[in-house]
Amino acid sequence: MPVLRWIRRNLVVIAGLLTLAYMILPNIVVMVFSFNKPKGRFNYAWQQFSLDAWKDPCGVADLCGSLSLSLQIAFWATLGATALGTMIAFALVRYRFRARGAINSLIFLPMAMPEVVMAASLLTLFLNMGAELGFWTVLIAHIMFCLSFVVTAVKARVMSMDPRLEEAARDLYAGPVQTFVRVTLPIAAPGIAAGALLAFALSFDDFIITNFNAGSTVTFPMFVWGSAQRGTPVQINVIGTAMFVIAVLMVLVGQLIASRRKSNARN
Amino acid sequence: MTQQQQTAGGDVRLAGISKTYGSFTAVHPLDLTVPQGSFFALLGASGCGKTTTLRMIAGLEEATTGTVFLGDKDITDLPPYKRPVNTVFQSYALFPHLDITENVAFGLRRRGIKSVKKQVDAMLELVQLGDFARRKPHQLSGGQQQRVAVARALINHPQVLLLDEPLGALDLKLRRQMQLELKRIQTEVGITFVHVTHDQEEAMTMADTVAVMNGGRVEQLGAPADLYENPSTTFVANFLGTSNLIGGEIVSTGENLVVAAGGGKLSLPRQRCSASTAAGGRLLLGIRPEKISLAHADDAGDIPAGRNRATGRITDSSFIGVSTQYVVESPAGTALQVYEQNIERDTRLVPGAEVVLHWNPAHTFGLDAAQDIDAGATSVEDAE
Repeated sequence: MPVLRWIRRNLVVIAGLLTLAYMILPNIVVMVFSFNKPKGRFNYAWQQFSLDAWKDPCGVADLCGSLSLSLQIAFWATLGATALGTMIAFALVRYRFRARGAINSLIFLPMAMPEVVMAASLLTLFLNMGAELGFWTVLIAHIMFCLSFVVTAVKARVMSMDPRLEEAARDLYAGPVQTFVRVTLPIAAPGIAAGALLAFALSFDDFIITNFNAGSTVTFPMFVWGSAQRGTPVQINVIGTAMFVIAVLMVLVGQLIASRRKSNARN
Repeated sequence: MTQQQQTAGGDVRLAGISKTYGSFTAVHPLDLTVPQGSFFALLGASGCGKTTTLRMIAGLEEATTGTVFLGDKDITDLPPYKRPVNTVFQSYALFPHLDITENVAFGLRRRGIKSVKKQVDAMLELVQLGDFARRKPHQLSGGQQQRVAVARALINHPQVLLLDEPLGALDLKLRRQMQLELKRIQTEVGITFVHVTHDQEEAMTMADTVAVMNGGRVEQLGAPADLYENPSTTFVANFLGTSNLIGGEIVSTGENLVVAAGGGKLSLPRQRCSASTAAGGRLLLGIRPEKISLAHADDAGDIPAGRNRATGRITDSSFIGVSTQYVVESPAGTALQVYEQNIERDTRLVPGAEVVLHWNPAHTFGLDAAQDIDAGATSVEDAE
């Protein structure tokens, strides 16, 4: 049976393509429906092709406000969590101090804890402290749960770094600052970048913790959630598609730079 | 110190330097002078304190007590980046994110030198890596990486170049090649080299002066041939090459000492004995395996008079081309080593044969019998 043989030979490719389709299909649906012109309030059935939503992405009240708020929070949360997390990771790998083991396992706690539980207890904490819910409480919460992911990503990188590289730098007339900027940071950079990307993604689409601690502030995920109950504007799909395309473009550019650098090094 | 050294401008001088970690003493207070322009080796098994000593010269390790002088300047409290000293690390520690040119130029750039190309090219030429300037370290073989590490240190024209087991990761053939290469470079640039190694052959091949370290102390210091011929402790006798050590009692003194050992009498020149030479005292006699001649028991009458003799039976022999190595069981010692050149091979010398060992008394050295007779004997294989 030639068909069966063909299937047997290409089984790995077929399985791979099916998995890929499984992952990408939802994104494609989002993209396709960003060009829809729905009848009524819900964008659930295909009607006809239209560019209306793309021409006016902020046409829905509060959408772009919530988007810009989410981007701001994600930016600052990424910055805060990456800076703190990198320092913690270096401390945990490079130095021996009391309670190091305990901290090492405590770092995993926010990852292991059910988000709902953490969200509720955070709210309790904020209320008891008399903090006003809003931008700052959300930011504090986001930095907190992004931190463990950054620490984990950077730690893996720092652990594989030879401390002798820094000794070599100091031996070659680089002071402490120069050593950090010229040797430590460039070598740890891939780990730090991975941690930062993870933090940004986690912060940007977090719903549960944000919803508990945002007070009257509305982030983008909260906006989508809220509108899903009253009717989903096409603009949500437009924003989603744009985010997806930007992310893919960034990955492509990154790979292009990396491969160009590699071929440069070979010549 | 066994040697008197004149103090020139760029000598490295360690005065009472020591290093302790908690209750563990890595280096006992140590005085050491490395003359300017010399190739100096610190030799010892792993954990003997040689690398710690080197790192204290580099400034990567803070000395617990003592002073490090470079010429007349006290550099004890200078951080590593302010010392005119550069290191070649054991694992090379090349910067993986920089290409070979930038690795080599690193020290110059940190000191604010802008036009580095000419110097880098010249340095890569010296280590024969001119074609690899734009490669990344991981694209180079171990031997090439090692040469980059040397170039990266030498380009700064340090007053002292420190080498921490730089050849440890290379295979035997490459290591031999690099030993000659390093020796050539040192002669060419004339910089003081301080080389740490656990390989006694490497130390003897390359260095002008070798300091043998054991347990955080310098056991003996001297030129390779001097150390080999006149070890002053059992550790040095066993660690540097192989020695046969025979315990005995001094029966008569004079220009030559006569020692009763293994049921016979052996003699040695008095000045080759580093221990006390009073009659009745115990002594360890040392003799290198290649200095012993082997005669079949039937030919014992042909041995010239005046030579030290010991009878025995061959228990093992291994043919290694240029020579044959015998193990002989004798009243003087259970496993005496004898290396015979394969010039005229006596076919009767096989395991089980009765033999007479004989050697020139002047080739015998005497050591203090209070020491551990096996000190340093096994550590050659154990090291690293």
